[in-house]
Amino acid sequence: MRWRLIVPVVVVMMLIVLLGYGLTRRPDVLPSALLDKPAPEFDLPTLASDRERIRTADLKGEVTMVNVWASWCVACRAEHALITEISRRTGVPVVGLNYKDTKEGALRWLGRYGNPFAVVAFDQRGDVGIDWGVAAVPETFVVDEEGVIRYKVVGAITREEMNENLVPTLEQLKASDS
Amino acid sequence: MRALLFFVLLLGVVANAPAVDLEGEQLARYHDLNAELRCLICQNRSIAESDAPLAQDLRAIVERQIAAGRSDGEIKQYLVDRYGDWVLYDPPLNSGTLILWAGPFVLLAVGLLVVVLMMRRRRSAPVSEPSLDRDRLARLLDDEKPRPSSDDDDSSRERS
Repeated sequence: MRWRLIVPVVVVMMLIVLLGYGLTRRPDVLPSALLDKPAPEFDLPTLASDRERIRTADLKGEVTMVNVWASWCVACRAEHALITEISRRTGVPVVGLNYKDTKEGALRWLGRYGNPFAVVAFDQRGDVGIDWGVAAVPETFVVDEEGVIRYKVVGAITREEMNENLVPTLEQLKASDS
Repeated sequence: MRALLFFVLLLGVVANAPAVDLEGEQLARYHDLNAELRCLICQNRSIAESDAPLAQDLRAIVERQIAAGRSDGEIKQYLVDRYGDWVLYDPPLNSGTLILWAGPFVLLAVGLLVVVLMMRRRRSAPVSEPSLDRDRLARLLDDEKPRPSSDDDDSSRERS
């Protein structure tokens, strides 16, 4: 007869553990379909000049970070300083993907807060954003020297995220690169 | 009054009508597909229901691809390649969604098993006849009487 007492307790304990695990998850962060896949093809003008273009092939050859941002995006401003810091600490160039923005707005934003990007691709209609599976800005991709997406941060980068995941990932990839 | 109501309703229909250049069967497919695709920002709405910019973009993609003659499967695959199975409200059966599909049936089976076990146990248990042992009953009732406290000696002596 003791099992009648034990079973409900065990079931409730299991439920508590499961629900507790659920609390640690972020339901707004979706697993990326593009992890460990080649970066989607794109061919866009740069923000600096319509005549200059940046393509997927330009991402190959070294580890890069691709940061999707827009001047209307508040969270992008929050992570701006950290993007600069990551680039300086790891030496990894950051390619900006300016998403559904105006040229004037984007340039003004860079002028006001500083430009952490090696180059900015200008995706005015957001087509490339959809090819990259961008749901909401900001999103940050780590692309290895083969042009394969190795890591992705959804939402603004936090200091914790930078120290625990992003910087170690970048350094590890750089180490295996050389 | 009725004319006004009709006008308001008509206005609502016109305002919600999608600006799509599809007709007939293609338009029906457009609506069906939109209802099956999940908006990624507003998560608990389909792209048909949502007015988020991304949902608008995805609706435009669905429209364009239907007009270009792509099949429903191809359009879904196009979006799954970019956003994962997550965009589908009807997720496919694979290793990642196995729990989702099998879980309810496993739970149902466990529940049935428990019910069957309990019923069997109850049936096999001997029906205990109510035993009325008068002597024992009397003894039990005696025990339940409050014990006399120490400074209440007189009453206890009287009773015994």
